[in-house]
Amino acid sequence: MNRLIILPVLVPLTTALIMLLLPRRIAVHRLLGVLSTLLLSVVSVILLNSVLSGGILSLQAGGWAAPFGITMVVDTFSCIMLAMASLIGLTTAIYSIGSVDEKQEHNFYHPLIQLLLMGINGAFLTGDIFNLYVWFEVMLISSFVLLVLEGKPEQFEGAIKYVTLNLLSSAIFLAAVGILYGMAGTLNMADLAMRLPMLEHRELLSVAAVLFLITFGIKAAVFPLFFWLPASYHTPHVAVSAIFAGLLTKVGVYAIIRFFTTIFTLESTPFIHHILLWVSAFTMVTGVLGAVAQYDLRKLLSFHIISQIGYMIFAIAIQSPLAIAGGLLFIVHNIAAKTNLFYLSGIIRLLSGSWNLRQIGGLYATYPLLGLLFLVPALALAGIPPLSGFWAKLTVIQAGLEAQQWLAVSVALMVSILTLYSMIKIWNEAFLKDNPLSGDEGQRGREYHGLSAGKKTALIAPAIILAMFTIVSGLWFEPFFILAKGASLELLDAGIYSKAVTGGIP
Amino acid sequence: MLGLIATGFLASAIAPVLYKRYRENFGWIAVLFPLYMFFGFLSRYPEIAAGNSVRESLPWVPSLGINFSFLLDGLSLTFALIISLVGAAVFLFAGAYMKGYRDAGRFYLYIGVFMTSMLGLVLADNMLLLFVFWELTSFSSYLLIGFNHHKESSRKSALQALLVTGGGGLALLAGILLLGSVTGTYEISSFYDMNRIITSSALYPAIVVLLLLGAFTKSAQFPFHFWLPNAMEAPTPVSAYLHSATMVKAGIYLIARLNHEIGGTPLWQDTVLITGAVTMLFTATLAFRQTDLKKLLAYSTLSVLGTLVMLLGIGSELAIKAFFIYLIAHSLYKGTLFLVAGTIDHETGTRDVGKLAGLRKAMPVTAAAAALASFSMMGVIPLIGFIGKETVYKAILELDRWGLPLIGAAVLANACVVMVTLLVGFRPFLGKAKETPRQAHEAPLKMLLGPSLLAVLGLLIGLFPDFFISAMLEQSARNILSEELSLKIVLWHGFNLVLILSFVTLLLGGLFYALRPVVLRYSFFSSLPALFKPSSWYESALKGMLSFAKLQTLILQNGYLRNYTIVIVLAALIPASFALYRAAEEVSIIPDYSITFYEAALGLIIIISTGLLITSTSRLKSIVSLGVMGFSIGIIFVIYGAPDVALTTFAIETLNVILFVLVLQKLPKFLKLSRSSNRIRDAVIASGIGVFMTLVVLFATSFNISTELKEYFAAASLPEGKGLNVVNVILVDFRALDTLGEITVLTIAAIGVLAMLKTATGRKAQP
Repeated sequence: MNRLIILPVLVPLTTALIMLLLPRRIAVHRLLGVLSTLLLSVVSVILLNSVLSGGILSLQAGGWAAPFGITMVVDTFSCIMLAMASLIGLTTAIYSIGSVDEKQEHNFYHPLIQLLLMGINGAFLTGDIFNLYVWFEVMLISSFVLLVLEGKPEQFEGAIKYVTLNLLSSAIFLAAVGILYGMAGTLNMADLAMRLPMLEHRELLSVAAVLFLITFGIKAAVFPLFFWLPASYHTPHVAVSAIFAGLLTKVGVYAIIRFFTTIFTLESTPFIHHILLWVSAFTMVTGVLGAVAQYDLRKLLSFHIISQIGYMIFAIAIQSPLAIAGGLLFIVHNIAAKTNLFYLSGIIRLLSGSWNLRQIGGLYATYPLLGLLFLVPALALAGIPPLSGFWAKLTVIQAGLEAQQWLAVSVALMVSILTLYSMIKIWNEAFLKDNPLSGDEGQRGREYHGLSAGKKTALIAPAIILAMFTIVSGLWFEPFFILAKGASLELLDAGIYSKAVTGGIP
Repeated sequence: MLGLIATGFLASAIAPVLYKRYRENFGWIAVLFPLYMFFGFLSRYPEIAAGNSVRESLPWVPSLGINFSFLLDGLSLTFALIISLVGAAVFLFAGAYMKGYRDAGRFYLYIGVFMTSMLGLVLADNMLLLFVFWELTSFSSYLLIGFNHHKESSRKSALQALLVTGGGGLALLAGILLLGSVTGTYEISSFYDMNRIITSSALYPAIVVLLLLGAFTKSAQFPFHFWLPNAMEAPTPVSAYLHSATMVKAGIYLIARLNHEIGGTPLWQDTVLITGAVTMLFTATLAFRQTDLKKLLAYSTLSVLGTLVMLLGIGSELAIKAFFIYLIAHSLYKGTLFLVAGTIDHETGTRDVGKLAGLRKAMPVTAAAAALASFSMMGVIPLIGFIGKETVYKAILELDRWGLPLIGAAVLANACVVMVTLLVGFRPFLGKAKETPRQAHEAPLKMLLGPSLLAVLGLLIGLFPDFFISAMLEQSARNILSEELSLKIVLWHGFNLVLILSFVTLLLGGLFYALRPVVLRYSFFSSLPALFKPSSWYESALKGMLSFAKLQTLILQNGYLRNYTIVIVLAALIPASFALYRAAEEVSIIPDYSITFYEAALGLIIIISTGLLITSTSRLKSIVSLGVMGFSIGIIFVIYGAPDVALTTFAIETLNVILFVLVLQKLPKFLKLSRSSNRIRDAVIASGIGVFMTLVVLFATSFNISTELKEYFAAASLPEGKGLNVVNVILVDFRALDTLGEITVLTIAAIGVLAMLKTATGRKAQP
């Protein structure tokens, strides 16, 4: 069973290599893309199953025992993230068939998506801090290439900001790694978890902790480090935006959770707790206000990513088992809902010919089912019951009230009404109001209606799959909650993790 | 009851499909659903009236204490009967009324979801389950108000209602969670007897304020009342159903439901009483300047909602009984009158009271139903409205304090309601017929049946209160009060003060009606200054939020990479320096470093080349200084015994310089765009980073690094890794996974370059 751990990295890598060997067989690329992500989904479910029944699994790469080699670890949290990444990978692979044009496919679109998934999965799996850095680099370079794949000027402009600020993050990461290694002499997470409490002069650890927080804060796009996200996410092809929106920032959040539960504890770095609280409040507010101000569909949705990250940071700041569970539920809910909104925005663009809400309209009259499909993730994001977002919000708010964080809870509640406002803004503009450009009716929706039935199915099926996920995880919430609570308890007891990896001997 | 709710949602989901097939007679099909519910609830009547209650519970999210718990007692049954009965009248009515609308199938989906959620709300015995239904009613109300979504005013009003009730909903959610933290359960029947525990909790004031915020926004109490008249943008069946008979009473239901558990304190009673009284009087006076049938009815609804809240605030046995009678009376007559207004609109094409008159000949049945309902609304004997008003007055007169001002307010408010009744229920039918946009004629049976039945029921209950409501009244009041009850409700109290007040109300109402044209000439009544209008508070809050949003986004996301970099660097530097400062307080061991000649020389070279790099105006010079800097760093690696790293550095630096020189000639002329103040700022920040990193390194290296890893690698390299070069073995064996990742990075970079070249040159793909 332990050997399966490497598959989430190996499967996309192998798939990408096969694709690169057959550069002109686009049909094969598409098929392989779907098959690979399907296989990933199966693997992650098997892993989740065995972690739930048998506890944390670990694999020492090359057979070199921890802390000398590189350890791959899956706990419940990793499994949840792997499963979500596979789900988004699968739906994106399908969606791409319908939406990405052949020119990009010839420019290695499909292998790049696989390599991006490889980086993401690697980050979720690794139990070694330097190895995490490597996976971040894989993610960074593949997302950079995906950003500029169409070669449009605005893509380069966005990508330069994206890469510069993310490289800044890498530099800070390396500095932090250096300090930590200098102090502890190891970068194995489980080993660190055991060594750090016994270290002399632990005060200096908080410097490393702050730097790690900044590093992952940039990746997670929190206030005031998020600039790269709204600068770039609206520029690439919408399928790329969708997978970025669903997964990339969450890897940052994953790392923050991993570092500040498994490795550092908030008790050892108390002032980080306050930083996180303030950061979360400002992230929620500035993100949603940014969204409210937008009329470009993708820009609006991009700012929203930031706002929702704020809720996750809030959960991390509180650190109670309920809060961390709420944070995980928020991540899971948000990955599905956010990606879905980007998928749907792509369909809206094909139907209306525009990203600008001022120039779109009348979709509900013509496509009522699309409207209802849109409402599912939109309302879930706004936390309307009984969809998944409501439960995530409920859990986080309850944890906040238990921790008596009145101010932050009020902010979270106000932001949720603004979220509703901005989702209704899309609904009002794109779906309800009459089509503002009624003159050239012939132009409208031509792009969509020109597509083959197969392509249309490929566009709409992922949206339906994710909407079903949002509905089912809302109506049948109990198992999701139990899973998240289990993962949270596991995270907050760092001993379990260390024991599973090193056998308990530092 | 879970089955009932589930069936409700399923039936709503298939309604649009059925509507497509049976468009013509869909009203008759749709009405079966609320009727089925109504008779289902009615069959429970004897059981509940006898003092029993029915509770069902299935786990939903037991880990969070959320269950599908439903409770059928006097209070919830009363509401359920109103919801399903008025629902039946409205569904049937809509069958004819909505025919002209596009997408009427959707209408049935929305209103079906609404009815089911509303039933769920009043039946729920779990606070969070109640909240789920609460939000569902808010959202279905949003969809229904905005049903004519082609109109901007429709969309705006719908959004307003959603934001106001949704905002209140969030307060309610927080209140429920706090309440749950005090009681340890969300099951209402489980904390039924915990009044003392709840009211003595430190969180009690917060709980009360939050719950009441939810209730007041939903039930359109002052100052949140403004969304309700605007909600009249909805098709009339919706106004009749949601915005008069059912949804706006959800907040009142909540107050009634929780009265026993968290009420009884001055905070609760007074807040509820005062808010209700202010709403009652204030909104009634606003009715003066209305001319639209539906708006007139909306303001009278607001006044009634205020009265109902006030009665709960009074909280005596008589007040609670008055509450129930008034609630039932209002649902019956207001449902009728709204539907009548809809009929008039449908048949004549206008809702302006100034343009309507003499319709009794063309629409005799409608006129009769309207008259019957109007008498009830005015409180004329022997209709249920009369009993309602009598009991309300009696309950107020019983009060020890505030009795006098309250009775004055109630009489004034009711007089305004009488005026509205005269305008809506009588004026369109009396006098000489006027020209209307459409030739008036009697409405079809589907539109007559519902309102007529409701009106007649108002008469029957008024005549035989014992038979219809007495027993249930006892039970419902008991659910709220839990004291032994003693009072009995009768139609005729004899000649007394209350009866005199009733007459005064009618007279005053007639007077207002007569004076209305005169009063309206004074501009004070036709438009209030914006400062006093809560609706303009909402408008400015929304506008202010939007402009602030634009401003903050312009400032934050300003488009300049250099600004982003500065912010991020400072965001890292400031907290990290703070952490370092605190650490330095504790540790304060800066080790003694002896610096060799080589090191000093190299440091000097690096500093000089850096200075040249940033001051030079020639690109070539800058690149050369960069190269010098790189090579010096490489030499440091040599000094510290890492020749392989040094070699790599040299190679990269050489390549860098070559590449730069190649690119150089393609670049535009060098321009100095930055101001010197900016350069100084940047220099300060950069030096800050430099100083910080230096200090950190000094600190970090003052530790005794664990050499375990180093020793292991050195020892295991040859026997285990089969390699003499330890670094190589680390790269390709001990940490091979890192190398795999880095190779992948290079591959992706190569793919990217290839893809960009292909895009740039427009060549077709090549293997």
